[in-house]
Amino acid sequence: MKKLFSSLIACSVLSATPVIAQDLSIKLTNLTNAIYFTPLLVAAHEQNTHLFVEGSAASANLQAMAEGGDISGLASEVMSAASDAIENPAAGLLAPGASTSFDLMTGANNNHLSLAAMLLPTNDGFVGADSIEIPTAAGTYTYYLNAYDAGTEANNEVINGGGAPGTLGIPADPGANAGTNGTGITNTAENSMIHIHRGNIGDSDLTAGESDLTNTVHRWLNPVAQLVITVN
Amino acid sequence: MKKSDFLTRTKITALCLLLSTAFIQGCSDDNDDDDKSPRMFSINVTNLTNNQAFSPITSVLHNNSMHLFEVGTSASLAVETLAESGDNSGIINDTTLKSAVSGNGILLPGSNETLMITAEDDNLHLSLLAMLVNTNDGFIALNSVDLKALMQDESMTLHAKVYDAGTEANNEAATDLPGQSGEGFNAARNDRDFIAIHTGIVGIEDGVTGSALNGTYRFDNPGAKIVITRID
Repeated sequence: MKKLFSSLIACSVLSATPVIAQDLSIKLTNLTNAIYFTPLLVAAHEQNTHLFVEGSAASANLQAMAEGGDISGLASEVMSAASDAIENPAAGLLAPGASTSFDLMTGANNNHLSLAAMLLPTNDGFVGADSIEIPTAAGTYTYYLNAYDAGTEANNEVINGGGAPGTLGIPADPGANAGTNGTGITNTAENSMIHIHRGNIGDSDLTAGESDLTNTVHRWLNPVAQLVITVN
Repeated sequence: MKKSDFLTRTKITALCLLLSTAFIQGCSDDNDDDDKSPRMFSINVTNLTNNQAFSPITSVLHNNSMHLFEVGTSASLAVETLAESGDNSGIINDTTLKSAVSGNGILLPGSNETLMITAEDDNLHLSLLAMLVNTNDGFIALNSVDLKALMQDESMTLHAKVYDAGTEANNEAATDLPGQSGEGFNAARNDRDFIAIHTGIVGIEDGVTGSALNGTYRFDNPGAKIVITRID
């Protein structure tokens, strides 16, 4: 009987992909000129779990993260799906040019990695990774991440402290490069699905104009972050 | 050893051998260029831009020696026509392609469409194009993606960049933008006449004289998500 089992095991090893727990070292770098990342949520999960999906509507929890930097709801949601999650590894804002490094132990089957953090100052922009397949071979792997728009708020570019879901406006500019008295770029979210952010527009007037953002400071081009995963 | 155990073991070993033989045969089939059994793919395209509608998606299968365009070289008349007007008939009617299909119409930002495409060949490459209708000659594209290794029921997810055909100056004037009811194709080539990554919309806010485009029409890469699934 023992031999029969070992034969069966040998057979299954031939045909199935091994599913193993992994020890990961992760480093995330903010590649932007003047955009801060609010507290990060990083999760390893099984392949059908998502923090967000391109071209789909944002969940209420994703909206709270993208509009106000609140990752608590998104973290609860992903933890309830038996994921391995790290909340706020940078202990606050991750400044332009800065990096944060941390370890993540993944459970068996949690072989995909997702990440999200709000981009500040934006209305509902976020840096995201949706379900990167975690490599199984030991080594160092580099990924570049894009800036998304949650599609839940018009990009009016007015800094008024508005960070609650559904409240129009940008919470703050941590870098203090912004102006005041902006009248608003637009009152419409043209694409209500999660999409690639068109970027900040800004203007060159710190005390008037349509935008409180500055057109030579607050812009970016993708990618906005570098993610380095070391499989130990 | 009991006779029954021996028989069971023999059966399992035979099963294992049978499975691995089938696997190896599957592999060698894939490497056989003479296999002309039909391959069917579903191509799901999501428009990830903020406010740029796509002209009907053009999806074609061809062999690996063919390229519809090449960065740094002059656009063909068929690619120029698609990029300036959205008219894909020049590409769709190319008889050197293995197969060609067109989407049903305009694909709006945040929307997605699935096209089915079939060809009787196992050595296929996919190219896919669509104009951004509020540009002078901008288009998203996948350029000759190798589908040979894609097994039945497997998917691959790709992202398409936005290119500029280089055949029409980017004046952003309503009279020259199909999305603003302006002119489409014009045989005159008044730009640098080679294909490059698009520089993006500059727009009214940044002071382009005569631009019809405000910041909502800006885009960053990638412009589209494409999920290719081999059905058959």
